[in-house]
Amino acid sequence: MKIIVSVKQVPARDSALRVNDDGSWLDQSDLTYEMNEPDAYALEEALQLKEKLGGEVVVLCAGPQRVQQTIREALAKGADRAIHVEMDEGAYGDALAVGRILANALQPESPDLVLTGLQSDDMGYGQTGVILAELLGYAHATIVMEVEPAGDSVRVKRELEDGWYQNVVLPLPAVLTIQSGIKKLRYATLMGIKKAKAKEIRVISAARVEAGTSIERVYLPQKSKQSQIFSGEPKQAAQQLVEKLRFEARVL
Amino acid sequence: MSVLVVLEQRGGKWNRQSFEALAVGQRMAEAASTNLQAVAMGGSVDALAREAAAYGADKVIALEHPLLNEYTPDGYTAALEQLIRDINPTTVVFPHTYQVRDFGPKLATRLGQPFVSDVVDIRVESGHPVFVRQLFQGKMNADVEGAGAPALLSVQAGAFRAAQAGSSASPIERFEAKIDPGQVRSRPEAPFREGQRSIDLGAAEMIVSVGRGIGEKENLGLVEQLAEALGAELAASRPICDSGWLPMERQVGSSGQTVSPKVYVAVGISGAIQHLVGMKGSKTVVAINKDESAPIFESADYGIVGDLFEVLPALIEEIKKVKA
Repeated sequence: MKIIVSVKQVPARDSALRVNDDGSWLDQSDLTYEMNEPDAYALEEALQLKEKLGGEVVVLCAGPQRVQQTIREALAKGADRAIHVEMDEGAYGDALAVGRILANALQPESPDLVLTGLQSDDMGYGQTGVILAELLGYAHATIVMEVEPAGDSVRVKRELEDGWYQNVVLPLPAVLTIQSGIKKLRYATLMGIKKAKAKEIRVISAARVEAGTSIERVYLPQKSKQSQIFSGEPKQAAQQLVEKLRFEARVL
Repeated sequence: MSVLVVLEQRGGKWNRQSFEALAVGQRMAEAASTNLQAVAMGGSVDALAREAAAYGADKVIALEHPLLNEYTPDGYTAALEQLIRDINPTTVVFPHTYQVRDFGPKLATRLGQPFVSDVVDIRVESGHPVFVRQLFQGKMNADVEGAGAPALLSVQAGAFRAAQAGSSASPIERFEAKIDPGQVRSRPEAPFREGQRSIDLGAAEMIVSVGRGIGEKENLGLVEQLAEALGAELAASRPICDSGWLPMERQVGSSGQTVSPKVYVAVGISGAIQHLVGMKGSKTVVAINKDESAPIFESADYGIVGDLFEVLPALIEEIKKVKA
């Protein structure tokens, strides 16, 4: 089975985010980056499917030079090779524009399965997998918890809202967007890191596409609730909070 | 020229988020001085369409087809593509539900349009809509422009006040979609729930909820002590349950339980929207987090910015003092 995993590199979860001087995007000078967490679960699912069924896992990642660190991590964990779609630094317009770039890179590979995380932790569109499926003419399922391939189809367990689930059978090739937390993530071994150095990373340039929407401004959200924040010494803050809970909220 | 709102139902009942989307549609139709249409879709939607007709749309469209009886992304996309091409709306508004996340981007791509998902606010500036979206799990907002026509957007749960039913009834019109069974590739089975829940967090008066900030499973004891001191139920955000540190049935959020206690204490929870939708009905919200820019503080009445490993022991002591 040939599986392509589309991963994204995003600012690390605990990054301090600052808006740049003209408010058009983040100040990227002191950001650190990591693999988008849901994509890490998509990669894990792909690696486990390969271990069970054989085949190949190919990593697809778009972005500037820095994303090769994320690609190396995926190769060290066990992916066989990678495609790096080179793009400039900055915000990339909308999910459809990026989807078209990824689909162009993906098309010639003719995979059986395409896996990706259900959303990115930075832009949070939650669309890339679904857009890829439409552009490639593949069936798809989103928010997938379990994947069971069977011949030329795949049965997946989808998460619905409020604790409901649903099994769905799809013909291959198919795109699945993977929910976070469905398997335990592996660490790259020293051997894996060593082996990754010899694995192929094919660098291709991004297709030219026009973005429909643009981000005009980024800014910190306004507080919707009047909140009282205590940020002094822990003991003092705890006393202030308990007093408020007793005499203002009257819940203690 | 019109604004179209795609309503969502499951098993013959309206998803309440549909009426939040309808309210957004109303606002956009008024701003553009155009009319508002709402579509009810499914295998058989007579009763649903009549119910929706009370919510102030100029027209309710009943889009019925046997292949829409069960939701599939192929069936829904095919049907809505035909409707949108036929009525040519300026804007199409969806509720941002799991189902819309499944087919919305597909439909938009089919129409060659971007999908502006999970919108939390809309402004109109010199005649053009500006959509506000959250980035970085709610830590930043972004103004998005240039959605084109039709502009396709989904609105976040709870971000807009829902439309109310009135006494007038909009006219109901049928739309015939042609869907070929060969177009529908996925075969959905019946939805199910896993096991009976033994804890009903929905009935809890006080909840102490723990998130990633706790760091290690071994540290949960501290949060348990706080819950005990308060006489509160223990709950968690998704990553804690995914890690198996607490059972799934203690998860609060869009995929877990929805709670509305008198007091909700969020410990080390950043406040991703998936968590917030599960606890926004809480009367008093307390947040304890070391990151002062964590979105949870926006939903909190009281907050302590600090290291929870220093704050919790102090807080437990104070609570014990006043309860003694």
